[in-house]
Amino acid sequence: MTVAAEGSPPLRMAGARRNPLLQSEAVQGFALISPTFVYALILLVLPILVVIAHSFWTQNYLTIDHTFTLENYRIALTEPIYRDLLWRSLYISLTVSLLTVALAYPIAYFISFHGGRHKSLWLFLITIPFWTSYLLRVMSWKVILGYNGVLNSGLMGLGIISEPSDALLYNSTAVIITLTHAWATFAILPIFVSLEKVDRTLVEAATDLGDGPLRSFLRVTLPLSAPGVISAALIVMIPTVGDYVTPKLVGGKDGVMIANAIQAQFGKASNWPLGAALSVTTMIIVSLMAGATVLVIRALQRLAR
Amino acid sequence: MLERVQSERIQSERTMIEIRDVTRSYGSFKALDNASLAIREGEFFSLLGPSGCGKTTLLRMIAGFDTPTSGSIAVDGQPMDGIPANRRPTNMVFQSYAIFPHLNVEQNVAYGLKRLKLQGGEEKRRVEEALAQVSLTGLGKRRATELSGGQRQRVALARALVMRPKVLLLDEPLSALDKKLREQMQVELRRLQQAVGITFVLVTHDQYEALAMSDRIAVMFGGRIAQVASPKEIYQRPVNRQVADFLGGMNFVKAEIVEENGASLVLDTLGFGRVRTDKPKAFMRNGGAATLGIRPERLRVLWDNASAKFEVAGKVVERHYFGEITHLIVEIPGLEKPLSVTETNDFGADDIPVGAPIRLAYDPEALVAMAD
Amino acid sequence: MTAMRRFLPGWLSSYATLYILFLYLPVIFLPIFSINTAATPKFPLSGITLHWYEDLPKTPALIDATWNSLLVGISASILSTVLGILAARSITRYRYPGRRTINGLIMAPLVLPEVIVAISMLLVMLQLGLSLSLFTVVLGHVLVCIPYSMTVLTSGFEGFDRSLEEASADLGESAFGTFRRVTLPMVAPAIISSLLVCFTISLDEFIIAFFLTGTEATLPIYIWGQLRFAAKLPGVLALGTLLLLASFVLMTIAEILRRRAARRTQNEGGLHA
Repeated sequence: MTVAAEGSPPLRMAGARRNPLLQSEAVQGFALISPTFVYALILLVLPILVVIAHSFWTQNYLTIDHTFTLENYRIALTEPIYRDLLWRSLYISLTVSLLTVALAYPIAYFISFHGGRHKSLWLFLITIPFWTSYLLRVMSWKVILGYNGVLNSGLMGLGIISEPSDALLYNSTAVIITLTHAWATFAILPIFVSLEKVDRTLVEAATDLGDGPLRSFLRVTLPLSAPGVISAALIVMIPTVGDYVTPKLVGGKDGVMIANAIQAQFGKASNWPLGAALSVTTMIIVSLMAGATVLVIRALQRLAR
Repeated sequence: MLERVQSERIQSERTMIEIRDVTRSYGSFKALDNASLAIREGEFFSLLGPSGCGKTTLLRMIAGFDTPTSGSIAVDGQPMDGIPANRRPTNMVFQSYAIFPHLNVEQNVAYGLKRLKLQGGEEKRRVEEALAQVSLTGLGKRRATELSGGQRQRVALARALVMRPKVLLLDEPLSALDKKLREQMQVELRRLQQAVGITFVLVTHDQYEALAMSDRIAVMFGGRIAQVASPKEIYQRPVNRQVADFLGGMNFVKAEIVEENGASLVLDTLGFGRVRTDKPKAFMRNGGAATLGIRPERLRVLWDNASAKFEVAGKVVERHYFGEITHLIVEIPGLEKPLSVTETNDFGADDIPVGAPIRLAYDPEALVAMAD
Repeated sequence: MTAMRRFLPGWLSSYATLYILFLYLPVIFLPIFSINTAATPKFPLSGITLHWYEDLPKTPALIDATWNSLLVGISASILSTVLGILAARSITRYRYPGRRTINGLIMAPLVLPEVIVAISMLLVMLQLGLSLSLFTVVLGHVLVCIPYSMTVLTSGFEGFDRSLEEASADLGESAFGTFRRVTLPMVAPAIISSLLVCFTISLDEFIIAFFLTGTEATLPIYIWGQLRFAAKLPGVLALGTLLLLASFVLMTIAEILRRRAARRTQNEGGLHA
């Protein structure tokens, strides 16, 4: 007999909502979480609603005109400068998530399947750099990629180049390298978790049925780890689209992204409604892109049979 | 299983736990359906049944972790309605043992005593005594995480016994142990209960465990109590096929009621012919049909020219060897299902060829009538 | 095929080693250039000095920023851990409708672009007439710390055998006594781990502090301000090295505690021990 079957009837009976005991269980649980829930409502949901509201208003010097307008969205979507920034941000975040996931997968696979006794040590090694300040890591990449930087001096020291290259820093490639590094941990962990859930006997069964290592990987392990790949892709894609520090520090003029424009509207340019519209547009477009990514990965997963 | 003789000693007729018309429902599902039961003082009582029969629900309601939807529970004459678990005169040994992992053995055992604020070394004395009772003397400083399964079980026992409860509740305490340890602990638990004289209520799904340890057993199915009786009576005189089946193998033979009076029944069967049996107390006639049951070990092989007053003849169709015993499947003309026979191998039952004719002796005392 | 099977782990482990190097690459250069005598970070080092470190305590703005960061970090870690305890306990112990949705909402700051979270909060705070200060920074940090706190705490609370609390009640202990004598000691490592994680995040967090602070700077804001001046780079590198070290130490302790907490509760299935 299992403990769950008899020891904890409330869990088993989760379907029956009319029960008074269950109701009190629900009430207790809800009461316990409500402070945190209310906090998130006030500091996350409410602010996002306020931003959406602002995006339909107009800035009149120091005051805000509360008449409904779609003008901000017209500017956000048609002004070449914002359109370019949006495209570039989407391109960068898509590239970064593809790169990060592709680079992270073998690591996650290695730790999960060949990590042995040292699994937790490997995981710890991978998380540590992530716990150090993001700002400092970006700054360090600036040191590495700069004109007088480590990479240039190193390459010159090896005689590969004769004078420092300025192609390393202040462009979107620099942004992509930095972001790929910054989000590595976030991509490895979900893939690792989903690989851990893959029943090892399934792989053995595939081998037993005649698949070689590569085929059993492609037909069993990879499709079964798709949920991890999806969450890794999303967890990297959505935040990177709105990254501010990296483009500002290593992006230069060619690496500016939409977050820098949004910040400008709330700072120097002082056009809150336009900044709000840019934020909302970014969120919607990145959500669409995320949705498309999920569909593509699912389709690929189905192909792998 | 060794202590049956002693067990008559301590029991009194005083009721320790009174369960009256208790029902526990979750929505439309009834985990316990109108159960009534009186458990006596000093008794080793088992609640036996398959998973989901309501036995754990009943135990948890006695402990105070669950509340009856209707009905009442009294312990030692005190109604328990509204009394929380921490103020009941019962203590429990949990299925998972629930040993506090941040405390050592001694601290675990002393956990409940701390609140009593005992004077002058009394706490230490009682902890030592409880540890000795469960043969853990000297392991007091051992950390909870360093204990084996059997040791955890002993700590859980000591921790409950040290509270000197009126009733000790045991929720499948042996299910996590391996077979050998389990059998050893059955004997020990029984011995311990004899020594302390406390009422034990054990929940189990293992019929041998219940038979070996209990003074009385309540067999439960689907939230209802099917039979309450001594192990011997439960085994030999089950009230229905379900109970008979749950308590080990039994051959069932279709029967026709010919005559019924106060104490006995006369039944007509194919294969066994006309038989007269004791009428079970709870026998409720249901038309003219009944079932006759006989345990496989109550059928004996008749060798060569030996004869018996009561015998049936047939043919061996299967033979299964189990070391000290052999299981024979015997086809009897007229019976729709062949009989199962268990015979010890002392006389060569393991050499009986399949297909051989065979005669089986039985004692009419071993035939049990059950209502259909 | 068997050759490939033998070859693969070897290939993978060299890849893994290279990848770890890539991960640690930027982290390694901060301390190296922080002891360089020259102000420009390039090889070979022109000489070794602790000069930049010695200068740090002599900068009043830096001292202020340190105090501000400590204040914000301590407040944010305590607040978010308290909110995290409530939520994690609710999520791991109770079943109720809407549980997953609420959990999703609380975890959302983890995957939203920080700039958008920051400017949204900025708008609301200005609308509510709150003047920007370290207090508003704390409010923001609490929001982004809660998901991490939740992650740490649920791994500590999960698998907490409910019969432990029942056993305590069974032995005569009251609800409060049970919390004090069983629940709290069992989850204490997870709580301390959550405090350390949240403090580290707050200490290193830049974007939200940047948007929500008034005139008072936290350490990352101070660093951001210094980055404009090439001559100040070594000082920033020295400060960064100290911050890295602090994060590293705090996170190692947090991880050890989290594992201990998880081991404690997981062991308590009791069946396998």
